[in-house]
Amino acid sequence: MRAPQWAPGSEWLKNHPTLLEAAYRFSGHVIARAYPLLKKISPGWTERAMMWSEHLLKGWVFNCQMCGQCILHSTGMTCPMVCPKYLRNGPCGGVRADGHCEVIPDMPCVWVQAWERSQCMKVYADNLRVLQPPLNYALQSTSAWINVMERSDLQAPPGWATPAQDGRAEAAPSES
Amino acid sequence: MTQPIRAEGRLERVLRSGRFAVTAELNAPDSADPADVYKNALVLAEVCDAINATDGSGANCHMSSIGCCALLTRAGYETVLQVSCRDRNRIAIQGDLLGSAAMGVRNILCLTGDDVSVGDQPQAKRVFDLDSIQLLRTARMMRDRGVFLSGRRLTTPPRFFLGAAANPFVPPFEWRPQRLAKKVEAGADFIQTQFCFDVACLSQYMERVRDLGLHERVFTLVGVGPLRSQKAAEYIRTHVPGVWIPDLVVKRLAKTPKAQQREEGICICVEIIQQVREIEGVHGVHVMAYRQEEAVAEIIHRAGLLPRRPQRHLPRRASSEIVLPDGPEFI
Repeated sequence: MRAPQWAPGSEWLKNHPTLLEAAYRFSGHVIARAYPLLKKISPGWTERAMMWSEHLLKGWVFNCQMCGQCILHSTGMTCPMVCPKYLRNGPCGGVRADGHCEVIPDMPCVWVQAWERSQCMKVYADNLRVLQPPLNYALQSTSAWINVMERSDLQAPPGWATPAQDGRAEAAPSES
Repeated sequence: MTQPIRAEGRLERVLRSGRFAVTAELNAPDSADPADVYKNALVLAEVCDAINATDGSGANCHMSSIGCCALLTRAGYETVLQVSCRDRNRIAIQGDLLGSAAMGVRNILCLTGDDVSVGDQPQAKRVFDLDSIQLLRTARMMRDRGVFLSGRRLTTPPRFFLGAAANPFVPPFEWRPQRLAKKVEAGADFIQTQFCFDVACLSQYMERVRDLGLHERVFTLVGVGPLRSQKAAEYIRTHVPGVWIPDLVVKRLAKTPKAQQREEGICICVEIIQQVREIEGVHGVHVMAYRQEEAVAEIIHRAGLLPRRPQRHLPRRASSEIVLPDGPEFI
């Protein structure tokens, strides 16, 4: 595998996660307000427009793979889908001593970067602790923004159960 | 430990009773003859509490962990089924979990897996449909809730003592203990670490693990193993992902005459076991001796971890003669 080619300026932006965090929060507000209006005009057009703007914008900055389930704010504004193992919950055990990727030696491990960047973030620094559910591959190449607003039930498999619902599930296991 | 009994396997009982546990890694053969599995298992079974069956370790093709466990469990051995996310998607993995539980596997080790690029078939497609933490939680949901990831109910849920891996010896160091916390939250009952050749690094890690209170929620088995020679050490530190060997260890081997390097490697391993035993929160060791099974018994003996109750097993027979034993556990 080869290291991804980063677009000009994107590394600088990612190394300023507070800036991106502010942009993320601002754009979140804007999209949440604009989307219901745009949808009334033309749902199909809105979805296409969202997809393309995501593809361009996030593609430029984060090398976005359009997984459709964006967790950038939980991973120090570093896209975990750039990881050759598509890990969503943190680094594997193969990180090199210099902090580079096991698979692509000349690429820094995205999770080492995610850790460093998340430490600078003000609001979402602790989100790295969140257990990320398995990816829903049916949402590949769709707009993550719309998925968050409209398809939240598709973000985790039904048997996953969120930790809050879980209540530690420590009741005595059933006898076999 | 306050958790309820999970699977009542031997490994779980040893750990819960507060004894120092020993697990060992079985090198899966490149063979279709069950006698090769039994031959490798026999030298381990006398000295350890459970045998790990590797799942394509180092992304090299060997007999599957399911296959090894099928042979070992029906001969009465306690096994740890290693499940890696590299080769199978969530449908295959959940099916294998049920199958292994039905065969009598009580312990599961959930791994992400080495990348295909380090193995003998780098052309293969990497799957990584789940990651190790998602796999852990999936197995836990199957056990505790009796459901597949899809939400569909299981008639009889599997009973597993769930394991995960940890590597305290590679960056990002500050995150590693928190990542362990994440694994515990996802359902890990025990962890087996990567090879430990740097006890100071492990002590620091364990200190932070204790600060987080994790040593009371998860059993830690530290990975150890003998280095065969200076050349082997050099090879491992450059070619095997995630293994950290400090210069001090390599120098010590280099200073030893070639004929005695194997012996020195065993000495180093024994010393490391004795040192990690003193660390609070370490509940056992996991011995990985690649192609040196015969050294495992010697290491465990010299580390003062014997006598152990040997695992119950049947006399070895030819593959065609193997029969399922009678008894309530096998029904």
